[in-house]
Amino acid sequence: MVRLTRDAIDFAALTNEARHPHCGAVALFLGTVRDLTGEHVTVFLDYDAYAPMAEKKLAEIEATVRARWPVREVLMVHRLGRLAVGDVSVAVVVSCPHRAEAFDALRFAVDALKELVPIWKKENGPDGTGEWVHQSAKPGAT
Amino acid sequence: MRVLLFAALRDAAGPSVDVNLPAGATVRDLRAELARVLPAALLARSAIAVNHEYAEDARAVREGDEVAVIPPVSGG
Repeated sequence: MVRLTRDAIDFAALTNEARHPHCGAVALFLGTVRDLTGEHVTVFLDYDAYAPMAEKKLAEIEATVRARWPVREVLMVHRLGRLAVGDVSVAVVVSCPHRAEAFDALRFAVDALKELVPIWKKENGPDGTGEWVHQSAKPGAT
Repeated sequence: MRVLLFAALRDAAGPSVDVNLPAGATVRDLRAELARVLPAALLARSAIAVNHEYAEDARAVREGDEVAVIPPVSGG
């Protein structure tokens, strides 16, 4: 299951949703809004997405994870809009029979999301200025 | 052809730009047209998406395709 949302992410409910009798391991990653990037102070973030492509790329990542690891659930939820410091911007949960594959699948899913999914954040500072973050490599250039 | 823009490119040039491409044009041709109206350095670091898929420079673009410029992403 993949989803974009403008509402707060209920990561406890999401984690519960991934539990299953066949799964001895449920792994959760939360991305949260950080107040400091180097010396750069962030007061809030704005997230925007190219929604139809972002949902497609998230679904492809879920399919890849399912093809490579024995996962029961793969849940990826990304929040859009304005987020304050400490807010959860993304939650990824995977459940597997054993922990090693859960950690590997989770790491792959989060790394792929950050590399491929067309979502952008704008860091807004205390002086009222904001800047879109475009520091990564050209997307999809593999 | 209408090309969708996001993030810093949207701040620079609006939510979309219209470009004229001849029949048989490719993503490479599209980039050359976009370079006239978008910040060149960021465009060079951006991908082009055609119908929600990252597209190579040699890919053909046709009227009716949904085309977007994807600057380096920063989700997560």
